[in-house]
Amino acid sequence: MRGIGPWKMAAGVAAIALLAAGCSSGSSDDDETLPNTISIGIAEPESLIPTNTTESNGSQVLSSLFYPLVRFDEKSTPYLVAAESITHDKANKVWTIKLRSGFTFSNGEPVTSDSYINAWNYGAYGPNAQLASYYFSKIEGYAALQSVDPDGNGPKKAEPPKATKLTGLKKVDDTTFTVKLSTGFAGWESLMAYDCFYPLPKAAFASEGVLTKDFAEAPIGNGPFKLRGKWQHDSQIQVEKVADFKGTVPKVDGITWKIYQDQTAEYADLIAGNVDVQTKIPIESLASASGDLGDRLQKSPSSSFSFVGFPIYEKEFANRDVRRALSMAINREDMTEQIFLGSETPAKSFVSPVVEGYKANTCGENCEYNPVKAKQLYTAANGPKDLKITYNADGGHKAWVDAMCNQIKGSLGINCTGVGEPKFPDLLKKVEKKEPVGLMRLGWVMDYPLMEDYLGPLYTTDGSSNYYGYSNPAFDDLVRQGNDAATTTQAEKLWGQAEQILAQDMPVIPLRFGQNVFGHSAKVTNVSVDLFQKVDIYKIELAE
Amino acid sequence: MFRFIVRRLLQMVLTFFGATFVVYALMFAAQDDPIQALVGERPITESQRAALTERYHLNDSFLQQYWYYVKGLLTGDLGTSLTGRKISDMLADAWPVTLRLSALAIIIAATIAIVAGVVSGIRRGSLFDNATLFGTLIVLALPIVVLAPLAQLIFGIKLGWFPPTAGKSATLYQLLLPAAVLASLVVATELRVTRASVAENLRADYVRTARAKGLTRYQVIRAHVLRNSLIPVITLIGVDIGGLMSGAIVTEKVFNIPGVGFNLYRGIRTEDGPLVVGFVSVLVIVFLVVNLLVDLLYAVLDPRIRYE
Repeated sequence: MRGIGPWKMAAGVAAIALLAAGCSSGSSDDDETLPNTISIGIAEPESLIPTNTTESNGSQVLSSLFYPLVRFDEKSTPYLVAAESITHDKANKVWTIKLRSGFTFSNGEPVTSDSYINAWNYGAYGPNAQLASYYFSKIEGYAALQSVDPDGNGPKKAEPPKATKLTGLKKVDDTTFTVKLSTGFAGWESLMAYDCFYPLPKAAFASEGVLTKDFAEAPIGNGPFKLRGKWQHDSQIQVEKVADFKGTVPKVDGITWKIYQDQTAEYADLIAGNVDVQTKIPIESLASASGDLGDRLQKSPSSSFSFVGFPIYEKEFANRDVRRALSMAINREDMTEQIFLGSETPAKSFVSPVVEGYKANTCGENCEYNPVKAKQLYTAANGPKDLKITYNADGGHKAWVDAMCNQIKGSLGINCTGVGEPKFPDLLKKVEKKEPVGLMRLGWVMDYPLMEDYLGPLYTTDGSSNYYGYSNPAFDDLVRQGNDAATTTQAEKLWGQAEQILAQDMPVIPLRFGQNVFGHSAKVTNVSVDLFQKVDIYKIELAE
Repeated sequence: MFRFIVRRLLQMVLTFFGATFVVYALMFAAQDDPIQALVGERPITESQRAALTERYHLNDSFLQQYWYYVKGLLTGDLGTSLTGRKISDMLADAWPVTLRLSALAIIIAATIAIVAGVVSGIRRGSLFDNATLFGTLIVLALPIVVLAPLAQLIFGIKLGWFPPTAGKSATLYQLLLPAAVLASLVVATELRVTRASVAENLRADYVRTARAKGLTRYQVIRAHVLRNSLIPVITLIGVDIGGLMSGAIVTEKVFNIPGVGFNLYRGIRTEDGPLVVGFVSVLVIVFLVVNLLVDLLYAVLDPRIRYE
């Protein structure tokens, strides 16, 4: 009958559409999970090349594929893992690393000194643009591997650097090599625990100094697990155990790193039992988390440190009493309990409690909530009547900055506003141009577990993250002396003295130290998350 | 008809270049410091910055960069995102799941809208009619940022009828809930258009004539009214398909579906110019093709329309 034509077409289209929708990868060969495997939620890693990994997701996956030279125990003291011994000369300048023999990469290649030397040279070479490159800057010869643009941002292209190998790395034999630093550094052993110091097999390089394209998608490591298939972007990364692994054998046989774009979606899956561990419970779900998870919700210390800095060019904060008063006007306990629901702890020191040498309450009365004294100091020192706190709006900071402003208003009776910049680099740009931003909101996560990591990069005159411009030669001196000290105990004493200077000068207001708030399903037990927000994959196991 | 199609295809090419040029210019203007955006709050060494700037031609003038882009496009190379992945790979990864999700959403929306719309149009003023209007009003009023997590909470977690998330290789069952949420965006308008169209056609002269000839009401509706009423709805559905594919950002985020919408959002947030332009270029093509198909379908449905 007439008029049936379009119906046939519509039916046909609908059929095709349904077929397309249902026709998923029914070939779910990725669903054949072996028994004794678990799934851990992460966000999409930026990179899986060790020297290009600076964020926790990539770092977490790499910790299953690679075996580090050293690891940290609960007290953040390094202990040997892939290295048999690490010795150094008196000046902490020349370090000799002897590797444990018998280790191989998952493709059968033996792990040798060359595996480390070639990997580190690749990471240090400027034109490779590896994001963790600056970790190699302490090694002698690093500067020769960086290209220098001859005329700044001008039209002339920078010449590729002449050197491709660090002069400070020398192979002694197949299992021994030496590292010469440009200046002595007592904490070098701790630094080598970082991901960028992993070795790379010969199979990673297509030619000298050039990685194969496939290696970024399917890295081959010397760790207890190896990749199953490739990195399925935005979906998952599956690893399975390596047979006959010579080091510590994890208790599980396989891990599926499930990639989530959104933490609340991951939380929904955690409750439903579709994922076994979530390392960061989002704030929105914190309120219901203890009800949903019971004792499967756990906390552990993390190394994050939140603070606000006084840009040095802002004359209104030049008087030390103004800075002290502002610090005393803030009720840290209130903030951590009300806004962060206990997921962060108040900071009364400049160094995190997770590192050795931490002393509680070094900030003293300057960080104790005392609105009366604060107001006295502030009016006596003629503090500004209008205060601004600038922060990056994409970091979820509005709530607590506004709360802090309210506390300051209440304690000091002045005007306070929070100003959001779209992104952190925008805030930095304003500071570079010396625009009046008021206080700037900052955060820090440690790169290596040493006191020095909370002091050097943040407060020394040429510190890489000293955005506010604090400069105190006495402080710089003490930090440097600590770096040159013969033992870590001596170093910590000197660094402690440096921290005292900070407590006097108050260049920043310490606010909070972070905690890991994580949860796991009923399927697993023995779940612990370390200071770098990584699950300990050696301890985790299936519950009985 | 043939000349019509050829003319449209030529127009498509022009529109494509025009649209991508505008997007490119906007991304270029919005780009502040994509390299710093790449590393976040860490410092970046000068040599790394130099290397990345070289690689992505960030120091060249706007027209030069656009020329690189067009050259790549014409050879099929959509470029590399600032994270180092090839955009064609990312597209190949993201499109299938978005296509499946939007196809499913459109089917759900179209089925509900047409069936309920026709029934409402026939029985105007009845309980069914008022109930569906009220229901669509609620769905229209709830923004998707509320609807999606709510649906996930109620149907996914509390009641457990559907899995709370779908991944990249999701099965049909896993996509049902997100597709239903996505469909809610368009079902209200489609239903009302169908209803109005059916109501209008029921009052037409030819329907009165057909009834007078002796056909039953049901026969009249099936043979005449439906076909004519669907014309505006089909055009609306065609436009909605394109919209759903790019606009499913919130749904994809809540249900963890790494599709086109999510990638676009990520590209914008990280100032990843090549990524946004690459994805938008393909989206522009999809829009244009879908619109052409809808126009052709229009001609098939309504014999009075003939293109030159």
